[in-house]
Amino acid sequence: MNFELSEDQRDIKRTAREFLAARYPWDEVRRLALEEERGFTDAQWDEMTELGWPELGDLGTVELIVLAEELGYAVAPTPLPSTWAASRLLAAAGEDERLAGGRRAAIAQWEPGQRAPDAPALAWEDGSLSGLKVAVPDAAAADLLVVTVAGGRHVVVEAGAPGLSITRSESLDTTRRLYEVRFDGTPGEELTAEDWESPWLAITVANAAESVGVGQRAMEMAVAYAKERTQFDRPIGSYQAVSHPCAQMLLEVEGARAAVYWAAWALDHEPETAPVAASMAKAYAADAGRRVTSAALQVHGGIGFTWEHDLHFLLKRAHANARMYGDAAWHRGRVAALSL
Amino acid sequence: MDLTLSDTERAFRDDVRGWLADNHPGPTPTDDDAAFAFRRAWQRRLNERGWAGLSWPEEFGGAGATQVEQAIFYEEIARAGAPQMANTLGLAMGGPTVIAHGTDDQKSRFLAPILSAEEIWCQGFSEPQSGSDLASLRTRAVRADGGFRVTGQKVWTTWAHQSKWCMLVARTNPHVSKHRGLTYFLMDMEQDGVDVRPLRQITGESEFNELFIEDAFIPEEHVVGGVDNGWSVAITTLMHERAGLAFALQVDVHIQLRQLGELARERGVIDDPGIRDRLAQLHIEAQVLRLNAYRGLTGVMNRGAPGPEGSLGKWHWAEVNQSLAELAIDILGPESQLAHPPWTYRFLRSRANSIEGGTTEILKNIVAERVLGLPRA
Repeated sequence: MNFELSEDQRDIKRTAREFLAARYPWDEVRRLALEEERGFTDAQWDEMTELGWPELGDLGTVELIVLAEELGYAVAPTPLPSTWAASRLLAAAGEDERLAGGRRAAIAQWEPGQRAPDAPALAWEDGSLSGLKVAVPDAAAADLLVVTVAGGRHVVVEAGAPGLSITRSESLDTTRRLYEVRFDGTPGEELTAEDWESPWLAITVANAAESVGVGQRAMEMAVAYAKERTQFDRPIGSYQAVSHPCAQMLLEVEGARAAVYWAAWALDHEPETAPVAASMAKAYAADAGRRVTSAALQVHGGIGFTWEHDLHFLLKRAHANARMYGDAAWHRGRVAALSL
Repeated sequence: MDLTLSDTERAFRDDVRGWLADNHPGPTPTDDDAAFAFRRAWQRRLNERGWAGLSWPEEFGGAGATQVEQAIFYEEIARAGAPQMANTLGLAMGGPTVIAHGTDDQKSRFLAPILSAEEIWCQGFSEPQSGSDLASLRTRAVRADGGFRVTGQKVWTTWAHQSKWCMLVARTNPHVSKHRGLTYFLMDMEQDGVDVRPLRQITGESEFNELFIEDAFIPEEHVVGGVDNGWSVAITTLMHERAGLAFALQVDVHIQLRQLGELARERGVIDDPGIRDRLAQLHIEAQVLRLNAYRGLTGVMNRGAPGPEGSLGKWHWAEVNQSLAELAIDILGPESQLAHPPWTYRFLRSRANSIEGGTTEILKNIVAERVLGLPRA
């Protein structure tokens, strides 16, 4: 029994932290989020491809989440998580060569008004799709989309397919582009896999890992600010009304991290535990991400509410992450179904 | 990262599981004194098997087990629904303190009867005027022929009426700063100068006691770790309390959670969405407690110290245990106005969880100052 990362996993973490810190300083995050049409540049994507990051999930889920946490920490605007997610589904269907050569992909999951992630209703008849998907991340940058359709099936649509229209939505979290994707008799190919559950669990856990990184960063910013900001002639961090919420942040971030590591490990080594572990990790990390970023904003006071301050990127990313692949309440429902 | 048990760990788990299946003593009696005698007998049996002091070094009658094996043992005890041992404080705090700071004579005199539950131990730290600010304690120990004469008052002394020995911290030097003038003693409870009075709690029972000490005698050879060095010895004891008990506490949460699920089913509310949501959240929190407990253990094994998560266990446990009891009360609904054991008892008892063994506020201060590096309040 050993809860520590292996040497290789620590290397991934170190490399990622250094690379992301160099490439995604706050100015660049802000520029990509607010000015860059697709939210990233080709040069940035090419560098990640050279590092082998799009295929990292092939090494193992633990390796994947180590990097996902760092992406969250950097709030890096990149289509990498969207591509990972789609690649898990493609790999389950033995179709991952579709992403060879650094191609990008995304999953089209949500339909208007839906709350449960596992009940797609999009029409899939005679080899073509019709209907609307919303909040599809990075759709305009994707070379292909994996679309969930009625009956829990999965269909691949290549970019530029007839009857496919992609419209950018105004998203709360500007560090991740979201789109409306409309299908009008769009041709697709159905994917078949023996096991759809495992890839979905891995996708869910990777998203939870991002939230851990977001929470970690927000906590560090809050603690640093509490040390330097003085009011009534004392650093505000010396007041328990400020320091105790910071301690609470540590409790939640470490709790989320433990749950996420465990779930990733279970996916790789103890598949029978993975369903409950993944839902526990997602529920806890989603809540922790939201609470920690909100508490960090409170510690910052007025400055944290300004557009100029960087904290709102973390707050918004945490809220957006919390909704992807089933929210905390939905995953608690899964935990109840599996545990009670 | 590897969360599987090693072959040795798995063999140990199977050994414990098999032994417990054959030797489970049945339900604990409800009467307090009978329950204590029962737990004493149970500890004796575990000690005969070599498991009472599982993580103690072999030379002191322990089994020299690793932290992970100790954790496995707690989990198997919980899984089997086996009772607690009687001498919890002696096993988790007193013994380890004597092993770390005691003389050879103290080790040969005190350790074996702790393991056999022949001599029960209690802890005399808190005082009416010294709760969170423990170092301000006022119980005085004055040099006398061959030892010390002690006068003062202690409170929240668990099992004092059953105890032979008290881990007592008293002030031996009033002229130095408050942390420096304290001494750690082992005080014989069986003497005229020690008066134990039960302290009635909000549960109506008397699990704790007040200790009135009037000119009690402690021989020189019952000083542990040197005169005026009691603060650092006491800290060792508290660290043992937190590390060792943290694991056992999360195991207890898992047992109660199983019972809570049964309660919800019996009361027909298992499908109520609000109840299910809270039950699921508790399952998640209980799992996080367990994972962090394991993370702490592997951190200690790999690096000699737990990571930041090690400071969080007791505080998090208190929150989870309180929420668990509150959910039970909500499941019982209007009938929770009536005594409904064990849940109404647990509801009341859990209110102490965020106070005993370090208040949540003090633990948050520790995390804020020592882990996050925030300035002192």
